[in-house]
Amino acid sequence: MSQSDEPIIICRDVNKWYGNFHALKGINMEVRKGEVIVIFGPSGSGKSTFIRTINRLEEHQKGQIIVDGIELTHDVRNIEAIRMETGMVFQQFNLFPHLTVLQNIALAPIQVRKWDKEKAEETARQLLERVGIPEQADKFPGQLSGGQQQRVAIARAMAMEPKILLFDEPTSALDPEMIKEVLDVMIGLAKSGMTMLVVTHEMGFARAVADRMFFFDYGQIVESGKPEEIFNNPREDRTKLFLSQILTH
Amino acid sequence: MSQATDSLPPLTERFTVLGWLRKNLFNTWPNSLLSVLAILFVYWAGKGLLTWIFTVAEWNVVAVNLRLFMIGQYPADQAWRLWIGMYFLAFLIGNSLAIWAPHSRAWTISLFVLPILLAILPFSPIVRLEILGFSLLGAIGWFLGRSQLSGLRRIVVIGWIIFLPVFVLLIHGLTGENGSMPVVRTNVWGGLLLTFLLTVSGIFFSFPLGVLLALGRRSNLPIVRWFSIGYIELVRGVPLITILFMAQLMLPLFLPANITVDRVLRAMVGIIMFSAAYLAENVRGGLQAIPKGQFEAAHALGFGGAQTMLFIILPQALRLVIPILVGQFISLFKDTSLVAIVGLFDLLGIAKTVLAQPEFLGLQREVYAFISLIYWILSYVMSYLSQRLEVTLGVGQR
Repeated sequence: MSQSDEPIIICRDVNKWYGNFHALKGINMEVRKGEVIVIFGPSGSGKSTFIRTINRLEEHQKGQIIVDGIELTHDVRNIEAIRMETGMVFQQFNLFPHLTVLQNIALAPIQVRKWDKEKAEETARQLLERVGIPEQADKFPGQLSGGQQQRVAIARAMAMEPKILLFDEPTSALDPEMIKEVLDVMIGLAKSGMTMLVVTHEMGFARAVADRMFFFDYGQIVESGKPEEIFNNPREDRTKLFLSQILTH
Repeated sequence: MSQATDSLPPLTERFTVLGWLRKNLFNTWPNSLLSVLAILFVYWAGKGLLTWIFTVAEWNVVAVNLRLFMIGQYPADQAWRLWIGMYFLAFLIGNSLAIWAPHSRAWTISLFVLPILLAILPFSPIVRLEILGFSLLGAIGWFLGRSQLSGLRRIVVIGWIIFLPVFVLLIHGLTGENGSMPVVRTNVWGGLLLTFLLTVSGIFFSFPLGVLLALGRRSNLPIVRWFSIGYIELVRGVPLITILFMAQLMLPLFLPANITVDRVLRAMVGIIMFSAAYLAENVRGGLQAIPKGQFEAAHALGFGGAQTMLFIILPQALRLVIPILVGQFISLFKDTSLVAIVGLFDLLGIAKTVLAQPEFLGLQREVYAFISLIYWILSYVMSYLSQRLEVTLGVGQR
């Protein structure tokens, strides 16, 4: 894997409150280029909130987030610059239902990156090829299965040629037989050297490609480490308990 | 376990008239009773209506005043300008039908056949030719639309957008008294022509204005939001007729004596302002129905606020509210008849002047039946077009 030592994401003491609820309690994390990070933990532990602060879908109220050398502040230009470098894949796909698959993928490169239409559509077709559904280009999202929709969503995020991909529980809304087709695409991406932050409970995926794993609970990082450390001898009792719950059913 | 190969074809039922009647009208005895009563009622009402239409009613009042009903006092020797405007419209309709509704034969055929049927009525030969021109231009537009020329769609859309300005320019005129297109003052614009103009300008201008107000109401900028809320709530709290009275009677009192604003223009502006406020609320309903995930996905891809609205949110929101908007446009069309009360001669205003002529006293039923028919036909066409639009745009709906 093409890792380097230079961190592309730096989070220092990131805090967030919803009203009085302290959702993120001083998160520190550094991610190097090409790393695949898996974030897991019980629901309500703040893992989705954290990943969404990285592209400012959620605002952090204290601490520092620096993505690719740009600090996230209230400055709209910084936010837009960071969003152009980070792609995101959502639990509910969030494809644009009024556009065809091809338009879904090509719209942002055309309008945001100002590519010409031919180049954007050519890239979109290549991406569809890569996620394995080139024949669906002219259908609408509503005509596809959940797994196909999520693969389109991955292609759409990649079309902006981001340096980082964020996955917010990408397989949680899928029927079991469709999870594999999405995970296969993600494993392919991970092996190609993409920097990825993945919130997921798919421990098979984590074991296969994660460089490091972070266990979140109550808005904090309880434990982090390489997959083999986390799976084989977790240090914290909460990690042990959670892993036993999700691995033994 | 039964295999896929065991699947049977669906059960078919042979259709017979008697079978249909028994199944739908006479399946139980209360239903039979209702059917008999309903048939008797339809017979009684239908017989009365048809007798009135064909033997009692004096349709002469419509035939004699047809020009008034259609264009009011508009000078007869300048009516060719209206025909040109109508031919432009026929061309656009033919074109659009071929492009967007290629399978709706009934409507395409009616575009050609209805004018021909109209021309059979006892008009002078010149009028007949003028009416047939409508069929001809519609047909030309249709075949051009069928030809699948590249870029045609864009041209047709532009055609629809410039239709209103071109039409107004045609009927208003360009040159002085002696030129080829002398100016025709708006006080002689009337009849269906005026109704049509008020409606089309109402739709054409209140739509963008209403969308802007709807966006303004959801804006993060407090001044814009307060202005939009204030405008919408103020206008929605007032009946249209009072706005029209304000525009016709009060406005001149506030303006300096030497400044006069055209009366038709004042009515148009009143209708546009009124319609925009309602449209804004309808569009806001559509905007609120768009899930938060759509905004998030757009933002995550790097779209700014305006781009998100333009490319992602508005297209979906407007599609959701098409039926509501068309309903609003239909009622706008009918509400234009209120200008008759403030003294303009739209279709209803002309009807009242026709009934005031001594030789046509007491023919209210004929005159109002006639204009009701016109209102109904045009409203129904709008309603049908909205259904087509929904089907055409509905592909890929969730």
